[in-house]
Amino acid sequence: MSTTIKVNGQDLPLGGASVHTTTLDWLRDRGLTGAKEGCAEGECGACSVLVARPGIDSPTEWTAINACLVPVAALDGQEIVTSEGLGTSSELHPVQRELAVRGGSQCGFCTPGFVCSMAAEYYRPTRTASAEEDCEHGPNGFDLHSLSGNLCRCTGYRPIRDAAYALGDPDGDDTFAARQSSPPPPPAPTRLTVNGAEFVRPEQLDDVLELIAECPEAKVVAGSTDTGVEVNLRGVRPSLVVAVDRLPELREFSIDDEQVRIGAALTLTEVERLLAGRVPLLEQLFPQFASRLIRNGATIGGNLGTGSPIGDTPPALLALDASLVLASRRGERTVALADYFTGYRETLKAPDELIRAVLIPLPLAPLTAFHKIAKRRFDDISSVAVGYALDVVDGVVREARIGLGGVAATPIRARATEQALVGRPWTERTVREAAAVMATEGTPLDDHRASASYRSAMLGQSLLRFHAQQLHVEGVSA
Amino acid sequence: MSQLSERPVEAVVGLPLPHESAALHVTGEALYTDDLVVRTRDVLHAWPVQSPYAHARIVDLQVKPAYDVPGVVRVLTSDDVPGVNDAGVKHDEPLFPDAEVMFHGHAICWVLGETLEAARLGAEAVQVEYEPLPSLVSVREAIAAGNFQGTGRHLERGDVETALTTAAHVFQGEFEFAGQEHFYLETHVALALVDEGGQIFVQSSSQHPSETQEIVAHVLGVASHAVTVQCLRMGGGFGGKEMQPHGFAAIAALGATLTGRPVRLRLNRTQDVTMSGKRHGFHSQWRAGFDDDGRLVALEATLTADGGWSLDLSEPVLARAMCHIDNAYWIPNVRVDGRIAKTNKTSQTAFRGFGGPQGMLVIENVLGRCAPLLGYDAMELRRRNLYQPGHTTPYGQPVRHAERLEACWSEVVRGGEVERRQAEIEQFNAIHPNTKRGLAMTPVKFGISFNLTAFNQAGALVHVYKDGSVLINHGGTEMGQGLHTKMLQVAATTLGVPLERVRLAPTRTDKVPNTSATAASSGADLNGAAIKNACEQIRERLAQVAGSRLGLHAHDVRFADGMVRGLQGGSLSWDDVVLAAYFQRVQLWAAGFYRTEGLHWDANAMQGEPFKYFAYGVAAAEVEVDGFTGAYTLRRVDIVHDVGDSLSPLIDLGQIEGGFVQGTGWLTLEDLRWDESDGPHRGRLATQAASTYKLPSFSEMPQVFNVHLLDKAHEDGAVYGSKAVGEPPLMLAFSVREALRQAAAAFGPVGTSVDLPSPATPEAVYWALDEARSAAPVPSSFSLSGV
Ligand SMILES: Cc1cc2nc3c(=O)[nH]c(=O)nc-3n(C[C@@H](O)[C@@H](O)[C@H](O)COP(=O)(O)OP(=O)(O)OC[C@H]3O[C@@H](n4cnc5c(N)ncnc54)[C@H](O)[C@@H]3O)c2cc1C
Ligand code: FES
Ligand code: FES
Repeated sequence: MSTTIKVNGQDLPLGGASVHTTTLDWLRDRGLTGAKEGCAEGECGACSVLVARPGIDSPTEWTAINACLVPVAALDGQEIVTSEGLGTSSELHPVQRELAVRGGSQCGFCTPGFVCSMAAEYYRPTRTASAEEDCEHGPNGFDLHSLSGNLCRCTGYRPIRDAAYALGDPDGDDTFAARQSSPPPPPAPTRLTVNGAEFVRPEQLDDVLELIAECPEAKVVAGSTDTGVEVNLRGVRPSLVVAVDRLPELREFSIDDEQVRIGAALTLTEVERLLAGRVPLLEQLFPQFASRLIRNGATIGGNLGTGSPIGDTPPALLALDASLVLASRRGERTVALADYFTGYRETLKAPDELIRAVLIPLPLAPLTAFHKIAKRRFDDISSVAVGYALDVVDGVVREARIGLGGVAATPIRARATEQALVGRPWTERTVREAAAVMATEGTPLDDHRASASYRSAMLGQSLLRFHAQQLHVEGVSA
Repeated sequence: MSQLSERPVEAVVGLPLPHESAALHVTGEALYTDDLVVRTRDVLHAWPVQSPYAHARIVDLQVKPAYDVPGVVRVLTSDDVPGVNDAGVKHDEPLFPDAEVMFHGHAICWVLGETLEAARLGAEAVQVEYEPLPSLVSVREAIAAGNFQGTGRHLERGDVETALTTAAHVFQGEFEFAGQEHFYLETHVALALVDEGGQIFVQSSSQHPSETQEIVAHVLGVASHAVTVQCLRMGGGFGGKEMQPHGFAAIAALGATLTGRPVRLRLNRTQDVTMSGKRHGFHSQWRAGFDDDGRLVALEATLTADGGWSLDLSEPVLARAMCHIDNAYWIPNVRVDGRIAKTNKTSQTAFRGFGGPQGMLVIENVLGRCAPLLGYDAMELRRRNLYQPGHTTPYGQPVRHAERLEACWSEVVRGGEVERRQAEIEQFNAIHPNTKRGLAMTPVKFGISFNLTAFNQAGALVHVYKDGSVLINHGGTEMGQGLHTKMLQVAATTLGVPLERVRLAPTRTDKVPNTSATAASSGADLNGAAIKNACEQIRERLAQVAGSRLGLHAHDVRFADGMVRGLQGGSLSWDDVVLAAYFQRVQLWAAGFYRTEGLHWDANAMQGEPFKYFAYGVAAAEVEVDGFTGAYTLRRVDIVHDVGDSLSPLIDLGQIEGGFVQGTGWLTLEDLRWDESDGPHRGRLATQAASTYKLPSFSEMPQVFNVHLLDKAHEDGAVYGSKAVGEPPLMLAFSVREALRQAAAAFGPVGTSVDLPSPATPEAVYWALDEARSAAPVPSSFSLSGV
């Protein structure tokens, strides 16, 4: 059993870390103070580091994650690179050089984090130069969304963007690029006990199911993007943490004629890459879900595991009529997502059950969209989220499924609105009437993100917008 | 050209250099205060016990249970203070509140632990019994209750009453707008230890180390010479570390003296946001009169700054707000009353612009609201009201170089192709019912110097070593603004040596004493002049040495590029001259000093010339607003800004862009939501974390961002002809707010006047455009009251 982490090419013993010690604190305690704490909740990216993860387009991909959210025990046996490891002030890495000479740093506190996020995009195997520059992609194929989880309070971002767009391709002798052609270290089965608390990474699903059946206090952790925030900001300290994010059984992915099957422990980034646009509704969702840094860690199962009323995948998956495979020592069962949420942060899932997979039935409805209302376009939590899946035949709505987030104690289907649409012509008049119904769905609340009246207004407006956007494809699905 | 502003030919100032620490930033090698903790032995960690009430009496405080938590070493309370229990300079800010807590999150006592976790659990174990007291949370509540603090101010010119009675058009309104959290990426942090001989050494993320030193000394009851404060660099300050670090440093220092061990006090983000002061929100009430040509004839306003629970810098912030209510506009008759509300909130403080932005927001709001009612395009209305040469401000200072406003304006119109784009926008809006664009231009005129004359002084210490290398030290602190880069350039220019020969040592109070805060954008003006002064002393001595070697008069040698050349020929290397000087027993180091000349200010009358000069700029911003949601994008920004003859163009560009985006954040996105309900969390800041208080991210960056420095902008009164740049560009962001207002108005009939809250979040913009959309056409004779 391994108890070291390879950091910048050197094996460092885990020693001294507690079950809840974050990767960030652990690195800083070892004198690697490049990564900083700006928020401890995954929002600022000052803590970004690179982890060697199994890739989709190459055996390994350098993946940037928030070191403040991931317990260091979860990286047992893994490989990390920090800003210090990428280059030194006398020998700068290309990413560091571009940032330095272009005025990409002012106070410099956010900079090591930007360097890591930017390096991950620099090494992305699918990044290719393209003539098609838009306001989110550079001529070198650099996707600005890769920096959406990094905040800078000083520069206003323009020089950082210019640095990113000026990057070339890695040299032939670039060791980080070379590292991507061999696989990452396999997940290390881990059992760390400190001061009576325990972190366990079992090797297979059965072991996990056994453990959570036996120990009701067990806290399942996947990407830790929710759990990490609970630990850091709310002082939650589970006495038994069970890591499930590398379980092969939870990382399966398949598509056949009947359905898409997505393993619960696949990250949002992985799901996006594996689907490659085959579910257009989700394709619209991904760039609006948190930031690249968070999507690199956050799993789809975790997003459903929280039972949160403001998660973004539930409204989309409700519209797609998805169901979940729940596994326990007692066996497996499949439940419709529409039945899954039972109350505020309560679900049908029994304490001894894990979400194993998400199933999306095929064929997909032809008219789909995902609308997210938030204060900020990149990396913000929804005030309201809406998923649409409609089938319009000969100008008449044959089927309508609308999923809503942020307007009730759970994600809900907009049943009344669906009824107001089905069987009626897909016209402005129908839509106006249905929009009025939609504005009364749920029981939205006032909070610091939005007022209740704005949330309601946004529901109605969303349907109008959906219709306005679909006008030109009307009837095509028939 | 003055001697101070004259620039030699081969100057190192003016070169576009990256930040002096850039290579250290990008590799993570740059050290910040908290990075020193792992490099220090036996450090204790501090955690506060924070009040869950906005206002309450402390009935009982039991710290004993904390000592039962393993790893807890000490609990610090007011009983431990040997000196003065005060964290500020106004004596209204007890370091440990021993009778009353004044805001939600107020720290009552601090627990020191072997680990942060032990300190946290210790703080949880401390038992406090409170008796909740009535609280005032919003500025409106404080106004209604008549609860003010500090000195109210009055600024007057001309005859407002008559002007308003005779004006062709009079409008009035009330406008309340939010403050702003600094959200420097590095939270407050101090690391204190007791040196040999009882000397206290505090490393603090402080914009004002001298004042940190003073406060630490008075809390500990020792003389200032027993305390040294050092600041390596800050991970951002923006004014938030001008007054606010002192108390935290004092707690760490107190802990260190009581335990004999180094103490680290680093706030996590939530603690920082809930405990430290912010930009003041303001309430304003105004009446404005215009003539038939759209010219402002009078402005009457009452400004109420929401000061929070104690004064801090509220008085000078208010004074600056009042002095900037004219922004860049000539208003013949002005009457402004200012006062500071006392509320149960964090004690609001300096923030980039220091009241200036709040003052200007009032007039920009007036113009934005009134333009459609006057039948003017807002751009035209603003332009025709700009200051002209010969005008003076309401407080009696001549507006020197007012022509630069027009120069910036026309340059933006030309370079930004404003007229063509306005026409395009009109076409776009005509065919897009659900999406509208807006383009607005706003100017900035910002006064440079501390309003308080005494602060306009600075010191520096310059050493030349025998090998010719140079070490400089000055009283300014580095928070990302590039001050140190500029100072290196100034020293290299004055001594005529290559930049690599000059190094800069961290800011410490035992090198340069009695320094002013690095604030008011004045860091480079003041410290640059002090460094120049020190370097000149040395250079003059070396000129004697070189002159006698070359057989020339000392006046006839020039220092450039590491050489000392005679005007009539002959040259020596810098290194040789230095070494020769050493053997001739010539002093190779000097202390420099500078004080800004020509300032005077009568704070009671609000009259005088408090500013050395004005910085000018103009911005044009284009936005696109979605009619379904109120969401918007910033399509293009063009800026022309006056930085004098830039000391360091890449640094200045960074200040302009960064300031602009930060200002945009304040005006559009950043949402301080205090719980104003009567519920159990009254007074609590609901947006106290990065997840709820949203800063601009990449998605808020202008898609096209063109920034130009104004040409031929030499400033005679400042070091090497430059101008301050830290604060003024923030206020260029009014252009974004005004563009949003125009886009929202475009959803309604022509002439719609849009009331836009601040911040103009997507929700706020949605309600504004929704109202415009449902507005009936405005009758042309409509004159509005109660806007
Ligand atoms: C900065 C930031 C931004 C965010 N933005 C968004 C956003 O825009 N939209 C959005 O929807 N969410 C957002 N989130 C939340 C999102 O990241 C999480 O909900 C994420 O999907 C959880 O996945 P995880 O693997 O990290 O879960 P973890 O934190 O590991 O676990 C979350 C919960 O799910 C349970 N769980 C995990 N896996 C399983 C499983 N297989 N079976 C049963 N239970 C399981 C855990 O026990 C835990 O209770 C954001 C979070 C952060 C920190
Ligand atoms: S510290 Fe802000 S994201 Fe990790
Ligand atoms: S450079 Fe200061 S936060 Fe980015």
